[in-house]
Amino acid sequence: MFSLNPALILILGALPALLLKGPLRAVYILLLPVLSFLQLYTLPAGSRAEFEILGMLLTTLHLDKLSFVFAVIFHIAAFLLILYSLHTRDRLQQMVTLIYAGCAIGAVLAGDLITLFIYFEAAALSSVFLIWSRRTPASYAAGMRYLIVQVISGLLLLTGIILHARSSGSIEFTQMDPGTPGGALIFLAFGIKCAFPLLHNWLVDAYPQATVTGTVVLSAFTTKMAVYALATAFAGTEILIWIGLMMTAFPIFYAVIENDLRRVLTYSMINQLGFMVVGVGIGTELALNGTAAHAFAHILYKALLFMSMGAVLLRTGRINGSDLGGLYKSMPYTAGFCIIGAASISAFPLFSGFVTKSMIMEAVALEGYTLAWLVLLFASAGVFHHSGIKIPYFAFFAHDSGIRCKEAPASMLCAMALAAVLCIYIGVFPQTLYALLPHEIGYQPYTMTHVTTQLQLLFFSALAFTWLVRQGLYPPELRSVNLDADWFYRKPGRWLVEHAMRSIVTGEQRMGVWIKRLSFSAGTRLHRHHGPQGLLAKTWPTGSMVLWVAFLLGVYLIFYYVY
Amino acid sequence: MNRKKHRYWLDSPANVRKLVYGLYSLCAALMLLDFFYHKHANFPFENWFGFFAWFGFIACVALVLLAKQMRKLVKRDEDYYGDV
Repeated sequence: MFSLNPALILILGALPALLLKGPLRAVYILLLPVLSFLQLYTLPAGSRAEFEILGMLLTTLHLDKLSFVFAVIFHIAAFLLILYSLHTRDRLQQMVTLIYAGCAIGAVLAGDLITLFIYFEAAALSSVFLIWSRRTPASYAAGMRYLIVQVISGLLLLTGIILHARSSGSIEFTQMDPGTPGGALIFLAFGIKCAFPLLHNWLVDAYPQATVTGTVVLSAFTTKMAVYALATAFAGTEILIWIGLMMTAFPIFYAVIENDLRRVLTYSMINQLGFMVVGVGIGTELALNGTAAHAFAHILYKALLFMSMGAVLLRTGRINGSDLGGLYKSMPYTAGFCIIGAASISAFPLFSGFVTKSMIMEAVALEGYTLAWLVLLFASAGVFHHSGIKIPYFAFFAHDSGIRCKEAPASMLCAMALAAVLCIYIGVFPQTLYALLPHEIGYQPYTMTHVTTQLQLLFFSALAFTWLVRQGLYPPELRSVNLDADWFYRKPGRWLVEHAMRSIVTGEQRMGVWIKRLSFSAGTRLHRHHGPQGLLAKTWPTGSMVLWVAFLLGVYLIFYYVY
Repeated sequence: MNRKKHRYWLDSPANVRKLVYGLYSLCAALMLLDFFYHKHANFPFENWFGFFAWFGFIACVALVLLAKQMRKLVKRDEDYYGDV
């Protein structure tokens, strides 16, 4: 039987969505993820779709248990995100959401590295429109930086794939050795997409600049594709434990002093990704189950938190903690949903984070990593502090900002309600999620010890917050920018490039005629493509994106034949 | 407008105080719970009395106070990168 790839239903189905109008369009874009999900669900386990192109066997569909979990949650996310975005009249954003979700699903179902690469790149190129759609100079610049980082990651991946294919003779996407040159480059490429420390700034820079719906959409896919890729290729690589620990620990300090509440959530996202990366690094069955389960739960509660902040931004036009407060009076439902998301990310018993994060903690403890376990415990207390308390507190409570606005639109409330129900459902009936996981395990989250110790940790963290606020020790929300690793390319890096350009201009006079002519023509070409009116500096039509992907694929094929 | 005059339950400082005292008593109860069950610990230090309670409290206070100090190092003007 021909097994149609569910990803194609979303990607190809997204195109007619631009033409439709009114309620028909709403129904159509809501139905697409449902159809695609049904197709995924009816595919028998172990389904494969292969086709040969220029002597190379591409496995565009390879359904194993791990890819199934990720494909399922990506579908649920796609449906919720489309529902959330129904209020907007920006059709491009909804189309891009469907394409981007389709690419993410295609990537986790990919059986070979080339297919993976194509979906990764297509996801990067489509998702940048969610940032640019905000149509501000800041979002344009942030989108550019985002795209540059994504393309660098793509090039690393491509080079890594070429080296890996040359040394191993296979392009199959499976466990790899990060010690080989090809493996190392692929590891790094995934690391950028997964926001490893020092490579993380594209995320905190660009996500908060996206549109109201764009940030929610972005939060679901790219980084979790990277987690899936790491789990498939590099499970049990010990360095991932230490990388993951850094990811859980350092962003929470930034989250405490950050003013933009959506940026606080991106920092807390890196913290949550850190847990998953630690799970991949441990690599036992329990740990990998924990990673998959936590990614599943994380997509839902993170989307819910971003949705509530998006609703606040939509209704008030503000997102800085220093400008908000007291909104529970105007947006009681949004506030309630936000608190459910906050309880889930903080891993309160009966909420989703409680039944998933603990699997990773347990796996770390069973392998005897004492220090790692203590860091994760610190990060767990920290995440409650900034995501669990800070976000709802500064947006909906704290001092009354005097803002009175309308409650979020009905479609947004529906999306938030559904996400909230799922967060609680997973928390109350964890076995439903556990049944989807790649490995058979008898893990039991609800034990007296686990519930009590977790409640102690959380309530005493809340006590610390209350005490600090009442003592006046809590740092106030301030309008500011906090320096992070992006400083290196946004200040000295920029100065270096500008300086180099200036020396080229002055040095030009002393250059020989042929050099002058050469640099002039190169400059013109650069300017033509990358300058203010340049083709490559403009928003790209989808056609040119496909062209470039095809071009890269062609270049790869030539390399493949030459070597 | 009627809406402006409406006083919410949380508007009264006495009610906020009630919530805070509720939190204090909940914390005390959770701490005492340690006497009444047998902990299944992976590490020996987990069995220390109220380990998770004081760990959570100290971790959060340290986190906030350290982050506050970090501001001296990393805080810049909102238009530092010149794109706002």
